Amino acid sequence: MPDPQSVRESHDAGGEHENLVEVNGLKKWFPVQQGFIASLLSRGHIDYVKAVDDVSFTIKRGEVLGLAGESGSGKSTVGRLVLRLLDVTEGQVKVDGVDLGTLKREELRKARSKMQVVFQDPLASLNPRMTVGQAIEHPAQIHLPDTTFEERKELVFELLEAVGMSPPGFFYDKYPHQVSGGQRQRIVLARALITRPELIVADEPIASADVSVQALLLELMIKLKDEFDLTYLFITHDLATTKYICDRIAIMYLGKIVEIGPLDEVFRNPRHPYTRSLLAAVPVPDPRHRRTEPLPHGEIPNPINPPPGCNFHPRCPIAQQGICDSQEPVMLSVTDDEGHLVSCHLRTGAYQHLDPIRTQSN
Amino acid sequence: MTERASTDQRVTVGEPPLKAGEVLYSLRDVSVEYGTRAGPVAAVDGVSLDIRKGEILGLVGESGCGKSTLGKAMLRMITSPGNISSGELWFDGVDLLTLTEKQMRELRGARLGMVFQDPMTSLNPLSKIVDHLTETIMTHEPRVSEAAARDRSAQLIGRLGLREERIDDYPHQFSGGMRQRIMIALALALRADLVIADEPTTALDVIVEAQFLDLLRELRDEFDLTIVLITHNIGVVAEVADRVAVMYAGRMAELAPVNDLFLATKHPYGQGLLRAVPNIELDGTELYQMEGAPPNLLHTPSGCAFHPRCPSVMPICSAHQPSFQPVEWDHYTACWLYESHPDKGKAPDA
Repeated sequence: MPDPQSVRESHDAGGEHENLVEVNGLKKWFPVQQGFIASLLSRGHIDYVKAVDDVSFTIKRGEVLGLAGESGSGKSTVGRLVLRLLDVTEGQVKVDGVDLGTLKREELRKARSKMQVVFQDPLASLNPRMTVGQAIEHPAQIHLPDTTFEERKELVFELLEAVGMSPPGFFYDKYPHQVSGGQRQRIVLARALITRPELIVADEPIASADVSVQALLLELMIKLKDEFDLTYLFITHDLATTKYICDRIAIMYLGKIVEIGPLDEVFRNPRHPYTRSLLAAVPVPDPRHRRTEPLPHGEIPNPINPPPGCNFHPRCPIAQQGICDSQEPVMLSVTDDEGHLVSCHLRTGAYQHLDPIRTQSN
Repeated sequence: MTERASTDQRVTVGEPPLKAGEVLYSLRDVSVEYGTRAGPVAAVDGVSLDIRKGEILGLVGESGCGKSTLGKAMLRMITSPGNISSGELWFDGVDLLTLTEKQMRELRGARLGMVFQDPMTSLNPLSKIVDHLTETIMTHEPRVSEAAARDRSAQLIGRLGLREERIDDYPHQFSGGMRQRIMIALALALRADLVIADEPTTALDVIVEAQFLDLLRELRDEFDLTIVLITHNIGVVAEVADRVAVMYAGRMAELAPVNDLFLATKHPYGQGLLRAVPNIELDGTELYQMEGAPPNLLHTPSGCAFHPRCPSVMPICSAHQPSFQPVEWDHYTACWLYESHPDKGKAPDA
């Protein structure tokens, strides 16, 4: 019989690389589907949606990096690229020092047991004909082939307890439709943990739950992180929840990261005009609160034809003609420790004197 | 932009139950039941609520609390296997339940507008925006010429922040936020008095959501609109609502002006809910953990439906249902903490 602590003691052998995830110059361009006639007329010219366009970041072991942005910003695509559920167009993803792009099929399959994913809708992630027990056990059949059924069942019981579904025997033979939405997401978390992963990509994991259940799931994710030594890439559109779980945060706009840094620093002193308006737009559950930043005009432009220069410039309240509309900004540090990077001509780099709102100087 | 239609053409039947000058829509003891294989389920259970002229009333609660059903009931849009099993729906002096389906249809769209979460299900993908608007106008106001209806439509979508020439585009050519503006335009085309908006911003990104909420407030002032905003998002309600109604398990839990509801919450459910909402402006990083989950309406707990999750539960709470009554000026709640009863017995546990 396995040691009941087996799941928890999984990967203390790791830890060679301080950064569990390293993403460099990641790009994902999707070709735009054309009709037959259109493709003849365009003589082979293909348009691309630059869903992810030159994204770089790292996640330290044991850290939670939030990846936030509006719909169409490319945040979910980044998550899929990190797991290599999608092939990259350019750039590389290293997990624990290994470049996933260099792995063969079989090696990739093995590497994947260290990474798991949790999506928004647990009902869509669970097979309605598998019991809770079967669903959680299933990945172990693939990734832990040397275990017996009894050993796996013990693991499942242990994990059900860990995600707060007790007594485990009560839930083991239930089907997904027989438990509540919040419990389904707990099952998905338990299933993700059975392969003893180090990295969990959580794509809007609590977005479909009710407010009171969201708070419980967030708390559970924090508890599991400590208990199982996990590292999270936490993808969300809801900035308010990132505050409760993330150590660092990256803000995406039209396929690029525009600002990244320690969460407290970014929330307290957001530098990119987009980050500022995004933070200001979050509804605050306090009727006395008043918005302090103006909202940008319009909506995210079409990613097939992003604006030239800084792609936020048509909506930006401080954009400068001749600079922001023609030159592409790069990520530069705004503090001494290089932990807080911003991609804005007027907030970092050579054009800061043109910033019309010389904000709290740094 | 447009003159309000004079009220004299409108049918007035019966006696309004309350001060007609102030209350636009009054629900009296409304229940909605759905027939299921396991027996009837009361999705809305004895709800009474007055909606005041010119206010934005936020109607909040978790999924399954009956807020959307209540919104549909207000428009008499409950379809089989559901039905409004009891109660009265007074709108501008008429009990809507006494109207024929034809009269109701004329009222809907004309004086009662609606905006739903997914505008694509409410817009015909094969019709241009202008056709939606002119058809609505001309159906309800047959004497208006097509050219005049077109002008009015163009002006309207201009007011809602869309370029007027886009009136000839099809629904799929607009983004989600723009489609919601078109839905509002449809409600305003006939100068609706009351708009019921069910999760209108739930599918929108935060910036577009904030833009839309600003617009709602402007329209309320400009067109003297009354808006019932149904949402699960507590933050949205805090931003725009004048008064807030909190529902739990098909019943009204609390109703108060927005400041009182947020800053002097009475019902333990509301208190817990507010502490469980992530607040980006607060420094704390702990969220309140409310026990349990909203109940299954097939087995609503006895007495106060919240009692199994309530931190202040008393013996009486599982035995008798508290009544929804004022506990302070203009502040209503249904909770035994604020109500006396011969069986109430000893002091609360908490």
